[in-house]
Parts: sequence; C-alpha cells; structure tokens
Amino acid sequence: MSIILLIEQILNGLQFGVMLFLMAAGLTLIFGVMGLINLAHGSLYMIGAFAAAAGAAATGSFVLGLIAALTSAALFGALIELTVIRRLYARDHLDQVLATFALILIFSEATRWVFGSFPLFLDTPAFLSGTVTLPGGILYSKYRLAIILIGLAVAVGLFLLISRTRVGMRIRAGENDREMIGALGVDISVLYTMVFALGAALAGLSGALVGAIQSVEVGMGEPVLILAFVVIVIGGIGSIKGALAGAILVGLTDTLGRTLLPVLFASFMDPSAATTVGSALASMLIYILMAGVLLFKPTGLFGSA
Amino acid sequence: MLPERMINLLILGLLLAVPLVALAMDEPFIITLATKAAVLAVAGVGLNLALGQGGLVSFGHAAYFGVGGYAMGILASHAQSYTPLMEAPFLIEGTKSMLVIWLVAIVASALVALLVGALSLRTSGVYFIMVTLAFGQMLYYFAISWPAYGGEDGLSIYVRNGFPGLNTLDPIQFFGLCFAVLLIVLFAVNLLNKSPFGLALNGAHQNEERARTVGINVYRLRLTAFVISGAITGLAGALFADLNRFVSPTMFSWQTSGEIMVFIILGGVARLCGPVAGAAVYILLEHVLGGLSEYWHIYLGAILLFVVLFAKGGLVGGLSRREVRHAG
Amino acid sequence: MPGEVILDVRDLHKSFGALKASDGISLNLRAGEIHALIGPNGAGKSTLIKQIAGGLKPDRGAVHFMGRDVSALSVAQRAHAGLARTFQISALAMEYTVMENAVLGAIGQSGRTFGFFRPAMKDRALLDSAAAALERVGLTEHASTITSELSHGQRRQLEVAVALTLAPKAFLMDEPMAGMGAEGSRELTGFLQDLKHQAPILLVEHDMDAVFALADRISVLVYGKIIATGSVDEIRSNADVKTAYLGEEDAA
Repeated sequence: MSIILLIEQILNGLQFGVMLFLMAAGLTLIFGVMGLINLAHGSLYMIGAFAAAAGAAATGSFVLGLIAALTSAALFGALIELTVIRRLYARDHLDQVLATFALILIFSEATRWVFGSFPLFLDTPAFLSGTVTLPGGILYSKYRLAIILIGLAVAVGLFLLISRTRVGMRIRAGENDREMIGALGVDISVLYTMVFALGAALAGLSGALVGAIQSVEVGMGEPVLILAFVVIVIGGIGSIKGALAGAILVGLTDTLGRTLLPVLFASFMDPSAATTVGSALASMLIYILMAGVLLFKPTGLFGSA
Repeated sequence: MLPERMINLLILGLLLAVPLVALAMDEPFIITLATKAAVLAVAGVGLNLALGQGGLVSFGHAAYFGVGGYAMGILASHAQSYTPLMEAPFLIEGTKSMLVIWLVAIVASALVALLVGALSLRTSGVYFIMVTLAFGQMLYYFAISWPAYGGEDGLSIYVRNGFPGLNTLDPIQFFGLCFAVLLIVLFAVNLLNKSPFGLALNGAHQNEERARTVGINVYRLRLTAFVISGAITGLAGALFADLNRFVSPTMFSWQTSGEIMVFIILGGVARLCGPVAGAAVYILLEHVLGGLSEYWHIYLGAILLFVVLFAKGGLVGGLSRREVRHAG
Repeated sequence: MPGEVILDVRDLHKSFGALKASDGISLNLRAGEIHALIGPNGAGKSTLIKQIAGGLKPDRGAVHFMGRDVSALSVAQRAHAGLARTFQISALAMEYTVMENAVLGAIGQSGRTFGFFRPAMKDRALLDSAAAALERVGLTEHASTITSELSHGQRRQLEVAVALTLAPKAFLMDEPMAGMGAEGSRELTGFLQDLKHQAPILLVEHDMDAVFALADRISVLVYGKIIATGSVDEIRSNADVKTAYLGEEDAA
C-alpha cells in the first residue's frame, strides 16, 4: 500500500465526511431547534441531485444546476414544513418518524413517476475536470478537492451564522428553550420554516455535489440519511461541532476501512477470502464505531446529557 | 362502537374466513395473500410489544425479521445441498424441519436483539430511533457483502420446509399453520400485556420516573421486552422466508422496518390485534392499489400521513369504544 | 424527641460548572419525625432531593439509609430499600386507573416485575397491598377512575398511596402542599401528622403555615448551605434565617 494511495484515500474519506456533514448539520439543527426527527431529509438530498441533473441538462451549466438544486431543495423544504412538518412539532417522536417516512414514500415514488426508474447523469463541470497536483506530487481529482473546500467553507459559514448573527442567536435561544423565545416575541413559525429550509438546502447541495460522482437515482438519499444519523449519534445531537467531528470520523473510518481491511486480512488469509471478509467487516465498521461510542458516551462525543 | 374483544374476534375471523372462501372458489393466490398477511401480522405483533407497550420506537426491527429469515435460508440451503454448516469443532447439518428452524430463528433473533438492545437502550428518544435504524442497516450491508448465502441476489429454497403431519406445499395447510402460529403469539402477548411485566412496561412508557421510584429497573425491563419482541419478529421472518421460498438482504432493509411500523399504525398502536388488521389492510392496498398503479406507494404514503395526522388510533381505534386499555 | 437515625446525609457537594448547588450539606432524618427543608428559590432544594433519591450523583459526600451507605445505589434500588418519594409535579401513569397505579407500586416493591403469566390485576397479593394503600389515603371509591381525570388534590393522594405500597422506611416529599387550597392543605397536614408515625418524612415545602404546623425540626437551605437546623421556635427566632428567608416573606 503506497503512501500516495493512502493519502488519496484519506482525501476521499474527507470528501465523504464533508458531504455527510452537510446532511448531519441540517438534521441536527432541525432537531436542536424544533425537536423534530426528520426522515424525509434523504428525499431532500435526492431532490437536490435530481434538480441539479435536470438543471444542468437543460442549461448546459453545472453552476446553474447547483443553483437549481439549492432552490428546489429549499423550496420543497419550506413547502413540507408549512404543510406537514409544523403539525408534528407537538407530537411524539413516533408520529414524526411515521409522518416523515410517509413523505419518503411520496417523494420517492413521485420522483420515479416524473423521471423514470433509470438513473440520471450529472457531469462534473468542465472547469473542475481533471486533476490537480498537491504538495508532495500527489495527483487528486480537482472536483473532489473542490467538494472538500466547499464543504469546509459551508462549515465555517454555519459556525459564523450560528455564533455571530442575530438569526444564529435566535437559533441558539430556540435550542435552549422553545417556549421562551415564543414568549419573547420572536416569530417562531418564520424561524422554524427558515431553519428547515436551510437544512433542506444543505441536503440538496450535498446531493447535487455527490450526484456528479455517483449516479442520481431514486432512493439515493436514505443510505446517506442513515449514515448521517450515525454521525449524529457519534458526534452528539444538537451540536454542529459534533456533526463535523463525527462526519469526518465516519468518512475517514469508512473509506480507510474499505481500503485497508482487505489488505490487513490478506496478510494472513488468501486474497479472495481476505477481500470477502475484509469488505464485509468494512461495511460494518462505522456501526461498530457507533456501538463503541454508545458504550462509553451514550450522548455522543460532544453531546450534552 | 364495539368492545375491543369483539373487534379482535372479528378481525381474526375475517382473516380465517377469507382463505376458506378462496379455497371453495379455487383461488389459491388469495390463500397465499392471506398467509402473507398472517405472517406479517406476527412480525407486527412482535414490534408492537416493544413499540406499543414499551414505547420503544425501534426503526430497525427488520434486523430480527432478517435474522429469522436467514436462519431458515441457511439451514434449508445446507439441507438441500447436503453439505453441513460446519464440521469442526462439532457437526452442524442443515435441516428442513420447520420446528427446528423456528427454534433456531427465535434463539438467533433473540440473541441479536439482546446485543442491539443492550447498546441501544443506553440511549433514549431520538437517539434510540437513530441507533436502531443504524444497526438494522448494518446487518443489511453485511448480508449484501457476505457472498456465501447469495449476497445481494438472495437465496432460493426450492422446496418448502416440512412440518410433521402436514403437506406444507398445500396453500391452505400452510395458511393454517401460519394462522395457528399467529394465534399462539397473540395469546402469549396478551398474557404478557396483562401480567405484572406488562403493567410495569407500559407504566414505564407512560412515566419512566414513576417506574424507577417504585423500584423497577427500567433498563432490564425494557431489554427483556426488546428481546422477546425481536424473537417474535424473527419467527415471522422464518415463516416469511418459507412462504416465499426466498431470502434476501431486503428483509433487513429500512424499508422493511418501515413497513412493519406501517402495519402497526394502520391497525392501531398498542392494540392487540392492531398489527393483524394493519397487515391485512396493507396487503389489500398492495394488491388493489398496486394493480391500479405502479406508483401505489404515493397513495400508501398519503394514507399513512392521513392516519398519523388525523386518525391516530388506526383501524381498531376507530372502531373501538374506548381509549387504549392496558392491564384491565 | 430523639429517634433512631433513618436517613443520614453526609457532606454532600455538587457543582454544575461554576454553580455550587450543594456546598457541604449534612442533615438527618429521625424515626417518628417530620423534618422540613425550607429555603428561598434557587437554594438547591431539588438538587439535594435528587441526590438523596439517587437520580443525581454527588461530587463528594454520602447518603446513608437504614444504617447502610446507599450512595452507589440507583433510584430503583433505593426505592426497594424503602425510600419512598412523592413529586411536586405528579409523576403518575396518567392513562392508568388509580388502582393500576397503586398496583404498579406494589409490583415494584415486590420485585416481581418479571412475572409473565398471571394477570397483574387479578393477583391477590398485589391487589391487597394496593387496596390497603388506597384505603389509607381515602381513594378507595375512586379506584377505577383514570388518573388523568383526578383532581389535583386526588393526584396528591394517589402519589402518597403509591409511596405507601413501597413499605416505606422514609418519605421524601417534594412540596406536597403545592396547588392545594386551604381545605386540602388542612386535610393533608392532618394526614401527614398521622403518617409520620409509620415512617419519618423529609419534607420540602414553601407553605410556611404547613411547615410550622407539621415540622418537628426545620433545616434552612440557602445558596447550597444549611444555615440552621432546629425546632420550629428556634428557627422562628433565628436572626440569620429571618434575614435570608423569612425576611423576604415579610416584605412580600
């Protein structure tokens, strides 16, 4: 295993992690502020990807496709918040889970109805194609590097939004005491819709960016949603910092695990068995990591009791 | 408005009547549908113990459904290929006896539920939901990447397994068997619900602090309920695998977990026969709506949304004369 | 009236970040007495009760109950040992009937939580224990009423009944008078005066009339410290207490 390959995988892990962060950040914000668990987040990821693919195909521009992704996801987010989600804030978690599961069914089938069952393709933009040379002579995909940078920029932006702006203050206040800020005259319903739309936009962005390197198809969002849940359990709910730390950890563990475990097993098993056992174990690795966190810190690494 | 006992009898009576009528009309497909409803009902009754009584929102119960199914798949496939599962340190051969398979399915899913529950019950609320979902997904990915039993493509079992004294390939006899299992499970769960265990479990659901302050070890209580719940759903998985003569990783998927929850909600959470009604309605919808449109899940989603938002009691709740009753 | 020490709180310390909620608290509860704990809001009374009941782990110090160190025991284990708690905001299973709540207490006490087979509501032993408790508090005729339909005072009574099913050796009562009208408070006061002979009561209360009528001893908690412990007369005439607490009452 060469150092160059290892570094490339580390970067891939970072890229994966940063995309997970976008999902997890939205989920954790929505839970922190509104106390709502939202399973339909994966659908918003999917909508972002489809909007980007459709937009890019229609206009020939990747950037316009991205903009389409952000606006579609935010709009759909706001739409479901206004019609469905706001009826769920006072309900228990079971109702929230079931109602948002119902939304998954509706969105998935509706997307299949509109776009058909075959995956769509989204091409990486011309100005980001090819590789870039990193210090040390390593060649890495320009697009993937861009994703990492975009993701980190969003993370910084979110931190600034939450800690430096008035909106951020309201969000933090809302996280602490939902009833109070209503009494203080802050228009809760507008705040909630905004937070939900923001989370949706982040999911849509993630879907669109990933759509260019994987296929855009119905059902692409739910596996990512579940991974985002793992991130939140590991990082601690309600914490953006935790979401970032958890996401990077999960991204690196998964990517490096898939690369290294078969190699590790090959040192004492025959190659085909090593690949089988290695990849089977690798597919479970992050869940094992989650189990470990549960054993020692059930509220997550950065979570509060 | 009817008393719940009467509603239960009605539901079970209908479930029994439909295949009998179908037999008379020589429509074996309908018998198979009824069997599917009965089997899925068992899965739902299992989850309802943890969810309805215990308030444990497990969105990963497909894990136990899958374990039970694969217990059947593994044992039967080894039997049909005449190769043992393992030879050292001791010999384990495959089997096509339903009784043995059911026992293995129950024990295996109970063990998995014990492991998952022990970890998951250290959390609560939203964390619990996410963690159970994650563990279900973990098993799904594992099943896909373990090639020995079909991997992503799944495993076919050519001949239905055997039960002493019955021709299990005969649809009505297999239905009868599954229906009997459902009745036994319902009877057992009913006993459990009315017992001190059930009262404590539901009491802890309503007010956890109260349960603790009367001296109840809530963690152990819930873990026990979770294990029993997983074992029942595992048994359903084995039956389901036999019904279809096919197991695949889909049995572990989050979609399956969601479906089992849907039965419970449609029928009525914490109602004894809620899952039976819900599974029957689900099968009906799948058959009728699915025949009308390839995209019938949109309608299912809309119905589910409606029930959750406006008709929380489900079918049994709507018909019943009183609020959910517990021990009385 | 010196009785055997049933509950012994030794030098409890508990901080939440910079806030010292419990700053070396020691007090005890003797057989046959009602020991009232009073103090201004924010003094740390609920934190103290939680540490005694077992829901919160102190940073330092110990809790001894019936001569045993129970500091390492959970809430459930302490309840089993006979430490019965009632809550300021009723902690009851709202969908259950009065009888079912009482039986729940009996189940916890008997340790037969894992009885799977016989119906709980037909179990003679459980029912007798529950019925006796309901009789004691005067709720027998409401045995089949759903708890959510009870009046505030009746829920209080039910809380005490559930505590009674635990064969209690001591009661921890958190503001039982809260929300009760004059009539209800009087009745409850009389009831508690009788109850203390069954098991002593550590009573957190704001209602000063009730405190002065009931308490054999009073401890005053201010900013996490006990500033005085004594009889009703001693506390009434204590200058520090007056300034810290009763002075606020006069001004109010």
